[in-house]
Amino acid sequence: MAKITFETTDGQEHTIDIANGLSIMEGAVRNMVPGIDADCGGTCSCATCMVYVPPEWAGKLPPKKSDEEAMIEFCPLHNETSRLSCQIDVTDEMDGLRLKVPESQR
Amino acid sequence: MTGQQLVVVGAGHAAGQLVASLAQEKFTGSVTLVGDEPYLPYQRPPLSKKFLAGELALDRLYLKPAAFYEKFGTRLLLGRRVERIDRPAHRVVLDDGSSLDYTTLVIATGSRARTLSLPGAELPGIVSLRSITDVEAIRARFPAGRSLAVVGGGYIGLELAAVAVKLGLAVTVLEAAPRLMMRGVGPVVSSFYERLHREEGVAIHTGVAVKGFEGDRRVERVVCEGLQVPADLVVAGVGALPNVELAQAAGLATTNGIDVDARCRTGDPAIYAIGDCTNQHHPLLDRRLRLESVHNALEQGRMAAAAICNLPAPPDQVPWFWSDQYDVKLQTAGLSDRHDQAIIRGRPDEGRSFAVFYLSDGVLVACDAMNRAAEFMMSKILVGARARVDAAKLADERVAVKDCRS
Repeated sequence: MAKITFETTDGQEHTIDIANGLSIMEGAVRNMVPGIDADCGGTCSCATCMVYVPPEWAGKLPPKKSDEEAMIEFCPLHNETSRLSCQIDVTDEMDGLRLKVPESQR
Repeated sequence: MTGQQLVVVGAGHAAGQLVASLAQEKFTGSVTLVGDEPYLPYQRPPLSKKFLAGELALDRLYLKPAAFYEKFGTRLLLGRRVERIDRPAHRVVLDDGSSLDYTTLVIATGSRARTLSLPGAELPGIVSLRSITDVEAIRARFPAGRSLAVVGGGYIGLELAAVAVKLGLAVTVLEAAPRLMMRGVGPVVSSFYERLHREEGVAIHTGVAVKGFEGDRRVERVVCEGLQVPADLVVAGVGALPNVELAQAAGLATTNGIDVDARCRTGDPAIYAIGDCTNQHHPLLDRRLRLESVHNALEQGRMAAAAICNLPAPPDQVPWFWSDQYDVKLQTAGLSDRHDQAIIRGRPDEGRSFAVFYLSDGVLVACDAMNRAAEFMMSKILVGARARVDAAKLADERVAVKDCRS
């Protein structure tokens, strides 16, 4: 279980508990975090669950696979801190993680 | 918005998205969802993939947890069916004789699996794959060593075949058309999938007419012209039919789906229709059509929610589809059925990664991408822009797709 905070484009913060084994996307969707749509249900097919990860957290998350990399490249407003939240399964170590939802997702 | 009584007939993907979008837009009316399955709105794609394989628990199929509907105040009437729409009275009548009044009605009845009308098709052991209940029945007959015959080489049948062969079943796919997934992808892609499934150990027969089924108390074999296939279990994956009967009986216009306008309104201003059961003009494709896809269900759920809340329509989107079979992810952008030129990037005859671009008069109209996320994503953008593209550059791996405009 990890407490993860999402900063959304409306300036709100959403702090939610996500159980181990669920993806960060699933936690966000279950808790109605605006801007995390996840149209494909988490199969790395749609790129509607992008988040920005602060640099100090980047190394603590499982690395990107090539398909995630390719999908991100075509997200509006992506940068080097972008991840697809469906590709990160939650572990205890992610407690305290803060993520930003891009302006293009609301 | 206050005082609106919204009733949704159906509780699938489109209905689930509609409610989520209404909640997001802070809709203040009452919402009642009537669904004939005993489950919260859930995702169907994993049914033939991870859920079937036992890799995904039931609660991870749900679009939203029960707590969401509670919080938003949605009344869920699950395991119940709407029998009739009484349009003059603005009322729907349920299977138990009770009724619900509406100010706005949304028909989200989806589609149902087409069934086989062949001799022996009523034998136990012949099923479809459309719902959680179907998958549970299939899984109960799924131990390794058993034989499975899949009638129909479309997306669902092939995804099922992929899961089953990995679990150790002897799998045969029987397709009546000359090639696999004929309705969705081009011929090169069909050949690739035939090779893929053969490499993984599935027996594939195309161009075979199934004549019927035989067995003592339950199905034991599929009888085809010049071929008999032993089968402990038969799954029919032969397409879907839109559930339009309720709308038709209420006098709403249908043409292969319930006719709706750009905002998902039917001819009755109080009634919307969304998802697999609708037929709508697509502005980017410039034709009317009925789409059976998750993306369409989600988009139309969002469209109807925006209209109900008097908000501007969401932007038009290129239809897209995906399928996971083994380690190959197929992503399709656009519709390829009207192309006059197909350009291949990569090697379809070896390995598991290539893309096919479909052009019509030099304009990119679709792309089938196998393990090629970049090609898919770029194609989605170019198809939406009706971009003219350079065929030679598209075929050249060294040129990025974004640089292939002409």
